[in-house]
Amino acid sequence: MKAFTYERAGSAADAAAKVASTPNAKFIAGGTNLLDLMKIEVETPQHLVEVNGLGFDKIEATPEGGLRIGALVRNTNLASDARVRRDYGVLSRAIVAGASGQLRNKATTAGNLLQRTRCPYFYDTNQPCNKRQAGSGCAAIGGYSRQLAIIGTSDACIATYPGDMAVAMRVLDAQVETIDARGQARVIPIADFHRLPGTTPRIETALAPGELITAVTLPKPIGGQHFYEKVRDRASYAFALVSVAAVIQKDGSGRVALGGVAHKPWRVEAAEAQMPAGSRAVAAQLLAGARPTRDNAFKVPLAERTLAAVMNEARAA
Amino acid sequence: MPNSPEISISRRGVLAGSAASAVIAATTAGAAQRAAPATLAPLPAPAPQPMPVSLTVNGKVQRLSLDPRTTLLDALREHLHLTGTKKGCDHGQCGACTVMVEGVRINSCLSLAVMHEGDTITTIEGLGTPDKLHPMQAAFVKHDGYQCGYCTPGQICSAVAVLDEIKRGVPSHVSVSLTDHPQATNIEMRERMSGNICRCGAYSNIAEAMAEIAGENA
Ligand SMILES: Cc1cc2nc3c(=O)[nH]c(=O)nc-3n(C[C@H](O)[C@H](O)[C@H](O)COP(=O)(O)OP(=O)(O)OC[C@H]3O[C@@H](n4cnc5c(N)ncnc54)[C@H](O)[C@@H]3O)c2cc1C
Ligand code: SF4
Ligand code: FES
Ligand code: FES
Repeated sequence: MKAFTYERAGSAADAAAKVASTPNAKFIAGGTNLLDLMKIEVETPQHLVEVNGLGFDKIEATPEGGLRIGALVRNTNLASDARVRRDYGVLSRAIVAGASGQLRNKATTAGNLLQRTRCPYFYDTNQPCNKRQAGSGCAAIGGYSRQLAIIGTSDACIATYPGDMAVAMRVLDAQVETIDARGQARVIPIADFHRLPGTTPRIETALAPGELITAVTLPKPIGGQHFYEKVRDRASYAFALVSVAAVIQKDGSGRVALGGVAHKPWRVEAAEAQMPAGSRAVAAQLLAGARPTRDNAFKVPLAERTLAAVMNEARAA
Repeated sequence: MPNSPEISISRRGVLAGSAASAVIAATTAGAAQRAAPATLAPLPAPAPQPMPVSLTVNGKVQRLSLDPRTTLLDALREHLHLTGTKKGCDHGQCGACTVMVEGVRINSCLSLAVMHEGDTITTIEGLGTPDKLHPMQAAFVKHDGYQCGYCTPGQICSAVAVLDEIKRGVPSHVSVSLTDHPQATNIEMRERMSGNICRCGAYSNIAEAMAEIAGENA
């Protein structure tokens, strides 16, 4: 690990200002993704600003009837919150489908949203990777791409966003609250938070340098049955090949987002109109324009079948 | 130091390989993670400045001065010489480094010691002693919950924490209902222990040891 200097932020605005004004500085929350990448020198910050002491560790009701989840609420505490379990089951389910108990105890809401891709070439500093080093090329295109994206890819990068929690947040229409270096707050809809790789795969989110996440808000509950179905190579403790987050109402209408298929949680609102027509119709529209590789072409039917399983379960209940 | 560096490093390499390939299944990332780093940092690295850190470990206040890069795991093993906690993968994948911080289990390899200023930490040495074993330690002995023993301190810390998490109503991936209180069933315990990998495959005996303690506390 490269040497770095370290400080504990006194306030949110102070933290944002410090990261914006110090060259090569980063926030650190749980550290479970950042330190992992620092150990292999994929991330090489020279200054770390720890944000754990800022008090963003509460889940509060909003005046609109929703929930405001502090950026530093631990994944375990979010999944265990009685209101989340009752009204936003898809979110609890997505969180407990990811990582391990130990990791979820440490990982934070903001850090989870910002976890970086698991593309094997991103981790291998001997390989070209446009995300790690702009302009160096992409070893995954034409390489081993079984886990990588099938839709929204570019000629520069075919990596996926690997997380589970954000896929549930996408289905719930969450909003990300931030504060920037000037102390200015703003709200970013989750749909616009993660970006497609395009020609700049290094830029993964809508955040500006030094912009600090303070909370994620959920709108008031929408009822329905909540599902998070994750398909992976082992029954536990593995990243998704494909995952389906869904909220399905009694009349068969609903919302659906996919994980493991794109550089962001993948949701196409227009496709949801097809819900009463069945999973084939939904998947056809949701994955229209998919460009899988030979290695990951299986993800197209896998996504459709996983969605079919979820819709069957909803009908049976 | 009880471990010679050669032995601990080669063991580490072996375990890291198995854990990494288990987690990032069938990719090249396991090997990639130990590849030599390329020159990525554009600026010269700042000289490491030691920072004061105060931790309460197994009931004793410890004041240390540490390079901020020091993980909690390395602070425990290399600075406090509490070598019960093990380094398997050093990447959050195997659970050998599991300790309790403020009563909650975490991977000490993916946490910096300086992030734990003022925290209370319990390691395997603090759970029980050879003459006064923690009930979970005694149950591991009784049920043969290990072979080589390398993963065992992490398994035992995790096992104690898992029963507490079930008691506190933390849901898991296999909980049928999110709103009912989870029970310490075999399938629940196995799922919750999935962050602790055992190279020797002592899993079923570990589950039996846990079932005995869960039964006593029920
Ligand atoms: C072995 C292993 C298995 C895993 N399996 C899964 C899985 O199956 N599913 C899954 O979803 N995840 C999985 N994860 C990833 C895990 O969920 C993330 O590591 C974790 O959520 C990151 O949270 P953190 O608080 O530790 O982030 P950190 O490592 O502290 O930070 C991550 C990034 O977020 C930035 N950041 C942190 N807080 C803020 C803030 N408030 N504002 C702005 N930027 C901020 C940091 O600068 C950093 O760039 C796994 C991880 C490991 C090690
Ligand atoms: S897919 Fe993206 S992350 Fe993977 S090697 Fe190519 S550029 Fe890098
Ligand atoms: S040493 Fe493997 S998880 Fe920490
Ligand atoms: S690794 Fe040998 S007992 Fe678990």
